Amino acid sequence: MILGTSSSPHHTARRSTQIIMQLVMLAAIPGLLAQWYFFGWGVVIQLALAIVTCVGCEALVLALRKKPVVFVLNDYSAVLTGWLLAICLPPLLPWWMTVIGCVFAIVIAKQLYGGLGFNIFNPAMIGYVVLLISFPAQMSQWLPVNGLAELSPSLLDSLSVIFTGFTVSGHDIEQLRYTIDGVTSATPLDSVRTAITLNNTYSDAINSPVFNGGLLASWGAGWGWISAFYLLGGIALIMANIINWRIPVSVLVGVAITATVLNLLNGDLYGSAVYHWFNGAVMVGAFFIATDPVSASTTAKGKVVFGALIGFWIVIIRTFGGYPDAVAFSILFLNMSVPLIDYYTQPRTYGHSTKNRAENSAEKRKKKSN
Amino acid sequence: MESFDTIVKRLSENRLWQFPGGVKPQDKKALSNTHAIRRLPLPDCLYIPLKQHIGNKGSLIVEVGQRVLKGQPLTKASGPYSVPIHASTSGTVKAIDEHVSAHPSGIAEPTLMLEPDGLDEWIKLHPNPHYSQLDKSTLVELICDAGISGMGGAGFPTHIKTNNPQKLEFLIINGIECEPYITADDRLMREHAWQIRQGIDILQHTLNPKHIIVAVEDNKPEALEALRIACKDKPDCSLVSTPTLYPMGGEKQLIQVVTGREVPGKGLPSDIGITMFNIGTCFAIADAVFNGKPLIERVVTLTGEAVKAPQNVWALIGTPIAFLTEHAQLKSSKRYSQRIIMGGPMMGFTVTSPRVPVVKTTNCLLMPKASFAQPEDIERPCIRCSACSDVCPASLLPQQLLWHSKAKEYDKAQDYNLFDCIECGACAYVCPSDIPLVQYYRQAKSAVRSEKDEKQKAEKAKARFDARTQRLENDKKEREEKHQKAAQARQNAKANANDTATETTTAPKSAAVAAAIARAKAKKQQTSTPVLETEQKEPAQVDDKKAKVAAAVARAKAKKAASSNAIESEEKLESNTEAPQQTEVDDKKAKIAAAVARAKAKKAAASNGVEPNEKTAPTIETTQQTDADAKKAKVAAAVARAKAKAKAKAEKNAE
Amino acid sequence: MTLAIFITGTLALLFGLLLGYAAIRFKVESDPLVEQVDSLLPQTQCGQCGFPGCRPYAEAIANDGDEINKCPPGGDATIKKLADLMGVEAKPLNAAHGEDAAAKTIAYIREDECIGCTKCIQACPVDAIIGAAKQMHTVITDECTGCDLCVDPCPVDCIDMINVPQTSSTWDWKESIQPETLIPVKVVS
Repeated sequence: MILGTSSSPHHTARRSTQIIMQLVMLAAIPGLLAQWYFFGWGVVIQLALAIVTCVGCEALVLALRKKPVVFVLNDYSAVLTGWLLAICLPPLLPWWMTVIGCVFAIVIAKQLYGGLGFNIFNPAMIGYVVLLISFPAQMSQWLPVNGLAELSPSLLDSLSVIFTGFTVSGHDIEQLRYTIDGVTSATPLDSVRTAITLNNTYSDAINSPVFNGGLLASWGAGWGWISAFYLLGGIALIMANIINWRIPVSVLVGVAITATVLNLLNGDLYGSAVYHWFNGAVMVGAFFIATDPVSASTTAKGKVVFGALIGFWIVIIRTFGGYPDAVAFSILFLNMSVPLIDYYTQPRTYGHSTKNRAENSAEKRKKKSN
Repeated sequence: MESFDTIVKRLSENRLWQFPGGVKPQDKKALSNTHAIRRLPLPDCLYIPLKQHIGNKGSLIVEVGQRVLKGQPLTKASGPYSVPIHASTSGTVKAIDEHVSAHPSGIAEPTLMLEPDGLDEWIKLHPNPHYSQLDKSTLVELICDAGISGMGGAGFPTHIKTNNPQKLEFLIINGIECEPYITADDRLMREHAWQIRQGIDILQHTLNPKHIIVAVEDNKPEALEALRIACKDKPDCSLVSTPTLYPMGGEKQLIQVVTGREVPGKGLPSDIGITMFNIGTCFAIADAVFNGKPLIERVVTLTGEAVKAPQNVWALIGTPIAFLTEHAQLKSSKRYSQRIIMGGPMMGFTVTSPRVPVVKTTNCLLMPKASFAQPEDIERPCIRCSACSDVCPASLLPQQLLWHSKAKEYDKAQDYNLFDCIECGACAYVCPSDIPLVQYYRQAKSAVRSEKDEKQKAEKAKARFDARTQRLENDKKEREEKHQKAAQARQNAKANANDTATETTTAPKSAAVAAAIARAKAKKQQTSTPVLETEQKEPAQVDDKKAKVAAAVARAKAKKAASSNAIESEEKLESNTEAPQQTEVDDKKAKIAAAVARAKAKKAAASNGVEPNEKTAPTIETTQQTDADAKKAKVAAAVARAKAKAKAKAEKNAE
Repeated sequence: MTLAIFITGTLALLFGLLLGYAAIRFKVESDPLVEQVDSLLPQTQCGQCGFPGCRPYAEAIANDGDEINKCPPGGDATIKKLADLMGVEAKPLNAAHGEDAAAKTIAYIREDECIGCTKCIQACPVDAIIGAAKQMHTVITDECTGCDLCVDPCPVDCIDMINVPQTSSTWDWKESIQPETLIPVKVVS
């Protein structure tokens, strides 16, 4: 018999990185199904395309960096990045844009920073923002939700549009975007925005057909349901103790407070909390993207600050900025601020005074220099 | 800080505090806690390490080959932080040698090997059934002599804790045993609750606390019940059942949970009026006082999935673990590596040899299922999920500590309070990336410690170097001063040399120096002769002769003075060994003389090779004088002589 | 024109005075750089850098901008710290001055071979060897810096540099001794 050695602790409650990643994807499935239901096969095609590209890029870079490819790919982080990027993209985005987004996300934002655990920014959001800035028109070509559209592309049509730009029957994407009313569809956030620039009120805007079919008045048609399903998945993640409740809850609270304050100031111009919650990517962002552990804050207090500020910026940029949605920008802003937040929100160590460590070490340095 | 009254009130209402974090591993105690503690036969050989506690080892008081009785002390406490060890059974001391230690490194340490004779014959015991009549210091001494050190894990000498001069509010008895698998304390509490209570009584008598808290985790209801019965009539004593949460049994954590107080960062529990003892320690104290028995055995849990018969046994201190694993029927396999963990799965360590002995802190031998040796690169990058900081009972940020420890930025790691880590392993337990966090912290800690040591050493070396430089400088100065004085003397001598060279040597102390001066002078004249030879041969010869005479006279004088001086110094050496400085001076003088003589001989031989024998003879004479001067100068003189001789011979041959 | 020159001149003078005053009033104590450098050096006083001891080398670094990679006992760690302090690139150790000591060593005199020549005592920069002429010498283990300056002067080569043995209290948690194979002990029943 051979005596083995190991360092303590000799037992672990092993929930490995790969299982965490897999569970996150599992929890995103209800939302994905809702997206598929409302936007058609494009969603699934984008998902497959993004995952394949991300995994391929990761494998390539790992091989170039002379890292164990299979061992690292096994952590499923590249798959998750592809997944999260895909669900943010318009369903019929040309394939090469998706590929560019994925390459940027994996090669630049993740691997060039040192790979998993070393990236400052959320890779999926970097990929998304790169596409948003480079191709603003294509990135806002969302389809009308199922039931509102004049034409509903089949699986074959979707494939064809994504890879050639036209459906089998020769329609282009602009034609696909016509609603049954004969106007080009816009996302709920877009339509409210347009309405307000046309001097209509917010309350008028949410009476438009884009907001029909929701459980609540301000649920965008389809969009509200998609958000609701992501919320469901997110709650499941919290229950399973995969993500910490602090970040999503404070994102939602941050959104709610900022929106409510603005709404109370001028209800005709500024949307309500529920409107902000259930339109656009707030739910996905709060539960699936802001909670990416690598780029989020790690202290308990820091998570609250991190989430609340994301919520704040989402509403501010949506209301006053140039882009209809702002989840990606807000998350990237706060990713930048994480080192600062973490430094000033360190918990008090057992047996130490309440003064935080930042001050303590500053004092120490002072003493040293004296 | 919570006040005494609040704490007692909350305890009476059974409301406790909490510590942050903590994990809930499966406790697996049912494996081994169902059977009574067993007694085992004597092993073939006992390996008793001389040091089994924190502090210094005692000094040996037995010899190899000596027969010792059971309970006989083998070492004697040699300082405040040292406790003795005792023979665990009667037998012969086979050897006292380095032996693999009960330490994660397995580095060999001084160990006494005892061969049992099978008689198990006790030394005469001195029971003290009436401990309350003894005064505090006697009891502390009894505890120290019984070799008791903390049996919970750290092994801090118990008598230091019992000798606490600070005012004590709470005496906490730790029956938590929060590590999974271990049931040694559990069984001890169930079977020997009364003796534990007696130990608590003794501690109460010596420490005089205002209140006693006995804490047991709620997964051991039988133990708690047994203690409740034993302590039923005890006033000012609360029995507390704490939630089962690892690491509840950590000293700092338990204090926080039962009193709401926190031990200050660099302080001790006694700073906040608290002292904590382990259940096993209480039992040992009672054994030591009531029965007079020293600590020679303890309860060890033999458990794990790899053994057929998990159980608790009374193991003699020094029993090699192979003996115990054999008893627990360890299922061995040739293909798999079997880990034997001393301690629990969270904080124990794997032993490196089957001959590792059971020591006073060994509470468990855990043998998990055999497994393949794990590949080294199983560790994945940290994804900063902060699961570790969520479970850290000290509210540290393990991910930051890891980052800085890996980068070897130890000062930053210390800014994040690296040294407040209690190495409980909760962080590594939950880490999804399989990072051995605790291992990194331990390495960082030891690096910081050795850096500190090196810094101290460097400072010391610097001080010594500076002192030496200073001393050398002083020596140089002194020498210069001497040279100046010598120059003065030379001038004086020059004035008188032509008439009476004898006058130059008046002071007996500077006899040798004076002689040297005279010789130098003579030599000068000699060396000048060859130059003059071509022009004034006759006067030069006369001069030469004159100088020789003068030198001879001087030599004679010097010899006399020196020899008398030498006798003096020899006497001094014999009579007064405490004045080595005097002899040193003489020694130096002799050396100088020898050196001068040597130099002279060399020069003379070189410049004036006519009478090398005559020239060297005086040198020999002079060196012979120094011979007597100080024994230590002998070598130098001999060397000088030999050199001069060799030189002279060489010159001669050359001629 | 005159006025302009006057005003500019006055201003210049005023600022000059102000600056001059500030220079005196807020004079920063000259940074004792030599001290800082010296505190980073390992103080073995081995002289492998070519200077007679650590302080002279520190002075050379601080005042004359000497290379920072001449200290073999300090090794890469010291070079890195010096580089940080001096604000220069860290370089690999200059092999001309010796190799990075892998393990810490101390001098050990084989006492029965010592002839008592005192040469090592004179060579020791930290007075860590005691003994007298014709008497056996010995090294004070705690004070020895491992500089090995005493090895060469010894005429009979009785000084060895030995590794400092690791004990369980100085163990660095890196490698434990190789686990042995479990030999079953015969049970005496």
